[in-house]
Amino acid sequence: MRREGGWIKQICMIENIKYKKSYNFAFIDESTKKEVRRKLLKAVAIPGYQVPYSSPEMPIARGWGTGGLHITLALIGRNDVFKIIDQGSDASVNACNLREFVQAMTDCKVTYDTTEATLIQTRHRITEEELREDQLFVFQVPQPEPLRGVERYEYRTRQMHGEADYAKMWVSLYESFVRHGDIMLGAGYPVKVNGRYIMAPSPIPRWDIPNLHQAKTLYLFGAGREKRLYAVPPHTSVEPLEFEDVKFNIEKFNGASCSKTGYRRAFLDELFLDDGSRTFVINDSNFLDKMEQGEPVNQFTNPYLQQLV
Amino acid sequence: MSNHHNEHSWLLKVRNLTKIYGEPNERTVALTGPEFGSNICPETDSIVACAGVSFDLFPGEVLGIVGESGSGKSTVVKLLYFDIEKSAGSAWLRPYADGKTNILEASGQQKRFIRNHLMGTVYQNPRDGLNFNFSSGGNIAEKLIMAGHMHVGNIRERAAYLLDKTEVPVRRMDDRPAAFSGGMQQRVQISKAIANNPPLLFLDEVTTGLDVSVQARVLDLIRELQQELGIAMIVVSHDLSVIRMLTDRTLVMKHGRVVESGLTDQILQDPQHAYTQLLVSSLL
Repeated sequence: MRREGGWIKQICMIENIKYKKSYNFAFIDESTKKEVRRKLLKAVAIPGYQVPYSSPEMPIARGWGTGGLHITLALIGRNDVFKIIDQGSDASVNACNLREFVQAMTDCKVTYDTTEATLIQTRHRITEEELREDQLFVFQVPQPEPLRGVERYEYRTRQMHGEADYAKMWVSLYESFVRHGDIMLGAGYPVKVNGRYIMAPSPIPRWDIPNLHQAKTLYLFGAGREKRLYAVPPHTSVEPLEFEDVKFNIEKFNGASCSKTGYRRAFLDELFLDDGSRTFVINDSNFLDKMEQGEPVNQFTNPYLQQLV
Repeated sequence: MSNHHNEHSWLLKVRNLTKIYGEPNERTVALTGPEFGSNICPETDSIVACAGVSFDLFPGEVLGIVGESGSGKSTVVKLLYFDIEKSAGSAWLRPYADGKTNILEASGQQKRFIRNHLMGTVYQNPRDGLNFNFSSGGNIAEKLIMAGHMHVGNIRERAAYLLDKTEVPVRRMDDRPAAFSGGMQQRVQISKAIANNPPLLFLDEVTTGLDVSVQARVLDLIRELQQELGIAMIVVSHDLSVIRMLTDRTLVMKHGRVVESGLTDQILQDPQHAYTQLLVSSLL
């Protein structure tokens, strides 16, 4: 007869301490994190320059926010407070899933509150509230190469960046103006960083572009599928490309205001209701919550915003 | 025209310009050339596209390079416009660093500066010189933007002026060159090449592939521009009548070497080298 009790007793006695958790803190192994951090240091040292990196395997497919996730996981510490937004919203599917993943892998505190967070990951928006020196801001980037639209070969675009040969990019803006009467770039408007590299700001709306300029926060960009990291350090000049007589401008919303708060000076979502009518609402969910509850907000200011009435 | 110049007033000075494809040995240049009837090295199979090409070009002068296909005449122009890398040789351009720097040794960035500010080129095939995804105005704008013009209004004014000058209807400025006839495409290419008033222009078989009446008008245009703007030009052609019509002086090339050079009239009336005699006698 088998002595089942004996078997079970023996297994219980070998206590698995080292492998109690099946993953390393923040999922990625330490040497890979170190590699990502080293590449980030290089990115910070050369503002706007795309640094190739390893882009390790993640439990989600590349191109679904892995670049941002690599940066977040390489940098997050046990005392960090993590916030993640997707197109301004804390509650969208992408944000919820990545937040749960980061929390499960780190046991860090997570939050919706922009001011409380120390590490914020984002998809396609900058928060309306101004970011501070002690916060890190991480962008998920689908296409890090701003010149891809005018030059399909990687070896050529690298050469163009190396020699600051940006005429083709400028001609594409000229062409856009000639064909459409304006520079028709809604999201991902190309910017020149620190007077040198042209950079794709990830598809943030034009509204957010001026908030990259001379900001207090370190902005980090990760493109997992394309395996590139880049950065805008604090207090760095970030200028949208514009001609002397054809200027960059932010979205105007034709005088519309948020239907919940009546506020005008925030990036608005256009909602179509069941009866076919349209309404606008503030895009940044945490900012909207705070406005609705009358909590104090410290919004970004920039010359474009000040021109809005 | 060239007798007004003394030997120190050159605009472009070229010495020993050489381009070899493959892996040559030290005897490659000595074993190729017109006297061997080949530009392929018998020992290494490397190909000598051109070797030992030297000449001076003076401001406002038009120099012709004539020769059969494969003689290396386009290679010379492509080397000087930095489209390909030289194997050996030097070139100095007076407006760049007062002619004291070998432009063929310059960095990529400096080369682009020279191309954008001091040179223009017109290729045989408009697709090589124009971006067919951009409008014809945009193609001219590219050259102007590269030289630092950032005012759309001014750019469009200049583009309209240039298109008018080259007889392209200004109202077609915002159309793509793909929708143009071959002659019009070539005119847009010329507008682009002269957009920044460069002192030096390369014309590589510009009329080849155009029908005769269009050829004549493009040649007229180039001659007018040359007289009006005083641009120095290097005209590459296999067609002696183009050379006769446009150029003051001519180099005759065969198997990658210059076999004869001199005043165009002289070369056409009294050719010395056997190959030049053959060329001239085959002129209709």
